[in-house]
Amino acid sequence: MTYFNDLGPGTGLNIELQLNGQPVRAQVSVRQNLGDFLRESQGFKGTHIGCEHGVCGACTVRVDGRAVRSCLSLAVQADAAQVFTIEGLSDDPVVRVLQDSFVRCHAMQCGFCTAGMVLTAAELLQARPEPSRAEVREYLSGNYCRCTGYESIVNAVMDAAQTLRKALSD
Amino acid sequence: MKAAHFKYVLAQSLEHCLELLSEHGDEARLLAGGQSLLPSLALRLSAPALLIDINRVQEISAQPQVTSSVVRLPALTRHADLITSPVVQAYLPLLHRAAPWIAHPGIRNRGTIGGSLALGDPASELPACAVAAGATLILQSKSGGSRRVPARSFYQGMFRNTCGADEMIVAVEFARIDGKQTGFKEVARRRGDYAMVGLAGQARRSGQRLTDVGLSFFAVGDYPVLEAEICQAIEAADTAAQAVTLALDVYEREMQPSADLWCSSQAKKYIGRSVLEDVIHDLFQ
Repeated sequence: MTYFNDLGPGTGLNIELQLNGQPVRAQVSVRQNLGDFLRESQGFKGTHIGCEHGVCGACTVRVDGRAVRSCLSLAVQADAAQVFTIEGLSDDPVVRVLQDSFVRCHAMQCGFCTAGMVLTAAELLQARPEPSRAEVREYLSGNYCRCTGYESIVNAVMDAAQTLRKALSD
Repeated sequence: MKAAHFKYVLAQSLEHCLELLSEHGDEARLLAGGQSLLPSLALRLSAPALLIDINRVQEISAQPQVTSSVVRLPALTRHADLITSPVVQAYLPLLHRAAPWIAHPGIRNRGTIGGSLALGDPASELPACAVAAGATLILQSKSGGSRRVPARSFYQGMFRNTCGADEMIVAVEFARIDGKQTGFKEVARRRGDYAMVGLAGQARRSGQRLTDVGLSFFAVGDYPVLEAEICQAIEAADTAAQAVTLALDVYEREMQPSADLWCSSQAKKYIGRSVLEDVIHDLFQ
């Protein structure tokens, strides 16, 4: 039987994952959440940690193709997973277009929520290329913007959706 | 905002998991989707000695299985799967309709039906759906083997249920509903927030009338219960309008919602009237 804790040296757990397309091996403490692992151990500081209990959505990353809150997942659970942070997704066609739209529509102020907004919106646009404004608001309802710039953020997602549809039809 | 120390073990199989539970019982918690457990650890509302990670347990992570009469959902069915699964869409319209109301997309991608039913948060959607639909929970333990518990007798109090310390939910079975007689309504300040009042319901149509009506409110009490008297009132009605009159009559007399930090009992009772009315109209459609 193998139990792991982090009460002594060398008692962490070894994990192997694909992080932003690269293989990564690391030893992690079992109570470290995925977000802290990505920032502190791997240096991907594009993942922002806000509330640390699943309310704000700022720490959203992509795990095995799905947008998840990295504060509500343990680093040990990323073993054998495919993890992407915002840094690894600049070549993703949907994320790329969303980033351009966020700039064009002034959809960020302090920028703290932006990576989480973009990753959540990317999941929406992959499933629904033609969302209504109400659907965008609903899908982003779990992501806080404390600058309260929601109107511009919804504008940006609608703008990206239109750009993606145009690219498809060209 | 960091969890207290705990030991962690990755369960390799159902047998392994049940073995761990029989050995550690009360001091262990199962880690399924973690979308309620990990916040409670981060806020130090709970500090179990051992987390048993069940995410790799194959026996509880299959696709929904359909027979001629029931749909069996393995415990690790994610909330997002309830929205995308063609089986759920075709045969469990209540769950398909309720699932988009569970929290937010990032949480639905991880959260599981087994976890939600086991926790039984009074404000959550799936326990109320299971009670309304008369679902059956399949529990398993090393010492007692497998047993079936109706959702309607599973819950016993706030965050209390009949699941033993060495037991776990491995699946939940819902009777197939081939008609569309479902109703679901939730009122919250913001989409995805905890409900102020919610109501799940389903029924079968029999000519003009409805039979097998099941209704369960959530966010109004310690745990979801079948509103049997309201269901009987609806079954006695020939039209939606008559059902609303009869049901509201019972509701006014019997319903006493518990207040929470944000919403008084009176406010919940007021909101619940229109929620009940809307759900009855849905059921008659």
